This record gives sequence, structure tokens and C-alpha cells, in this order.
Amino acid sequence: MDNLTFGLSLIVVGMGGTLLSLYILTLLMNLLKKFFPYGKENENKEKSREEHRDD
Amino acid sequence: MIEAIVHGLHGLLAGFLHMSLPNVLMIGGGLLLLYLGIKKGFEPLLFVPIGFGAVLVNIPLGGLMEEGGILRTFYDAGVMTEIFPLLIFVGIGAMTDFGPLLENPKLLLLGAAGQFGIFLTLLLALALGFSKLDAVSIGIIGACDGPTAIYVSSQYAPHLLGAVSVAAYSYMSLVPIIQPPIMKFLTTHEERTIKMGVVRSSVSRTTKILFPILTTIIAGLIAPMGVPLIGMIMLGNLMRECGAVSRLTKASENEIANVVTLLLGITIGATMEGHAFLKPQTLVVFGLGFVAICLDTVAGVAFGKLMKVFTRGRINPLIGAAGISAYPMAARVAQIEGQKYNRKNYLLMHAMGANTGGQIGSVMAAAVMLSVLKGMGNI
Repeated sequence: MDNLTFGLSLIVVGMGGTLLSLYILTLLMNLLKKFFPYGKENENKEKSREEHRDD
Repeated sequence: MIEAIVHGLHGLLAGFLHMSLPNVLMIGGGLLLLYLGIKKGFEPLLFVPIGFGAVLVNIPLGGLMEEGGILRTFYDAGVMTEIFPLLIFVGIGAMTDFGPLLENPKLLLLGAAGQFGIFLTLLLALALGFSKLDAVSIGIIGACDGPTAIYVSSQYAPHLLGAVSVAAYSYMSLVPIIQPPIMKFLTTHEERTIKMGVVRSSVSRTTKILFPILTTIIAGLIAPMGVPLIGMIMLGNLMRECGAVSRLTKASENEIANVVTLLLGITIGATMEGHAFLKPQTLVVFGLGFVAICLDTVAGVAFGKLMKVFTRGRINPLIGAAGISAYPMAARVAQIEGQKYNRKNYLLMHAMGANTGGQIGSVMAAAVMLSVLKGMGNI
């Protein structure tokens, strides 16, 4: 493979692969935030604290 | 007896007699790095040991980088085995808060755009006649990430290790000088004054703990050659976020990172022996490294402008320049530039998000590139 073909292939696959993999990671972050929202976790903590206080 | 004295005196003069111009010039180079680190505050944690390493290795007959020499032993044990850059990654992970990025995940795409420089510079290096693996090692300067540059060049172009690492760290420290003119040139006054909303810390602890684990698995499956890089940075971050191993977290971000930084710096400096370092090729590497950082900034700001259009003006394109791995310098530059045009504009947390995205992006770009190279049969 000559240098130009090598370089262009690496740009297409490498940069494309980087963009795609980081896009997948943004989807992962959105999913994590959806399944484990901040508010709900905090509410649960508050509830357990109150329960301990009642005890 | 007189003969013995003459021989003894000759032994004391041997260092002077073996001194050559390249050694003198590189001792000057080492002193310059020491000056920049100590007096100017440019990456002192690295420039001081690198500069001193360069001075040491250019003193003739010291034998520090010869077989059995102390710096050769450190080099073989830590750099050639990649242990040093990977341990630095654990420390970086332990020091990094991915909170601003998790708050606004789309900022990770700015971290991808900030890696364009790697691939374009690689193409330029190939056009200038460098071999494929040399071009890969030069392009990686565009990751703006010292440990990644060291990791890649120590594996695939060890003869360029000194030039690549010094260029990477030099340009990282020059980000506040290199980026602002490019940011100004590529944006309108109106764009620079865009105010972005306040970032609320609304990411759950579970999310922060699961993120490094799942990222390692997914990124590792996509680019297996990058598992050591992404795995170490995410291990450090997991230790930080889980809170269960605070002793290990503190050791990673302090003791381990400090010891490894010292050994890494001095061994990188030791690769700067005059006869091996002073070549026209080194100057070209420095030039291409500069181009790489500029291209990263151009691509980041351009992508920021694109995101501004898609979000109907809610993204300030200046934060695109922070999508590189120079953390937290690039984020601070975006904040400072934003405030120059709108005093009430606080871009820092958004820029931090893009900046941590740049850290993941640079590691991911290196991982993808190595996996693609392996797929092409080049490594």
C-alpha cells in the first residue's frame, strides 16, 4: 500500500472510528443518566435517612 | 610515577576531550528547558527532569544511557515496557472529574473533533517522506497528550521518542499562546459572546461509578489495542468515584504520579543525546507538532460552530477549542477568551466538559488508530 492510500485510509477509518466510538459513549452516558437519574437517587438517600431518624 | 600522574590527569580531562559540538548544543537545550520550567513555569514537573536528563546524557563518558547505566535501566524498565505512561494514566484518571461531561454528554463530540489534527498531521508527515510508523508517532503529538504520545512513539518509533515527547509537552504548555488567535480568527464577535446556561451538578453517583467500567468494556471492544490506555485512565477514575479505595486514589494522584513523572521525565531527557537528537528530522517533527495543535484547534472550533447551529445558538464555539487533552489549560483558555468579549459569560464548566471529552477523545483516537494499523497489518 502506498503512503497516500495508507494516510487517506487511516484518516477515513481512524477519524470515523474515533467519532463513532465517542458517539457511542455519548449514548452510553445518556442511558446511564436516564436509568440512574440524580434526583431519584437523592430521594432514596433522603428516605433512608428519615427512616433511620424514625428508628 | 610521573607517567602515572599524567595518566591520572588525562582521566580527569577525558570528559572535556570527548566533548563535541552536538553535546554542547544539547546541554544548552537542556538548560533552556530548565529555564522554561523553573523561571517561566512551562510544565515544570516535566521540563525540569527532562531538561536535567538532557544535560546528564550529554556529559561525555557518563554512561548513563549505555547498557547497565542507570537511565538506560529506567528507560528499558519503564518506557519501553510502557509502564510509566500507563501509571501516569491511572493518576490522570484519579484526578479527573467527568461530572461536567456526564452533565452534557454531547460535549464529548468536541473531544472527537479535537483529534482531527492527529490524522491530518499524519498525512503531512507521510507526504514529507516519513515512514508509516514514524508518521503515526508524529501525528499523535496532535493528541495534545504527553503520555499517549510517549506510549505510541516508544512502541513504534523509539528513535523519535525524545523529539515527539518534548514537542507534545512544549505545545501543551503553549496552548494559552497558540489557541487564542485561532479562536478569534474563526469566530465572529457575536459567537464569542454567546452565554451558555449554568451547569448543575446533577449526575448520580451510580452513573459516575458505572461510566468508567462500561466505557472500558465498550471502548476496549471497539479498539482492543487501546485497552491499556483507556483501561488505566478509567481505573483511576473508578477509584476516585467509588470512594471505597481513597488510599489508592490518593497514592495514584500523588505518590505514584510524582515518582513516575520524575522517572519518565529524566529518561525522556536522556533520549536527547546530541548526536542522535540534532538532526533536521527533529526540527520537522517540532514543526509538524505545531501544525497538529493548530489543526486540532481549528477542527474543534469549527465543530463548535456546527454544534451552535444544531443547538440553535446555545453552544459557544469557543469551547470547541477545549476539546483537546491539555487539561485544564485548554478549558481555562476558553473561559478567558469568552470573558474578554462578555464579562458575564462563564464558560469554564462547559469547557471543562469539552476538555475531559478531549482526554477521552485523545486516548480513543490513539486506540482506534493502533487497532486500525493492526487491522491493516502495519504493526
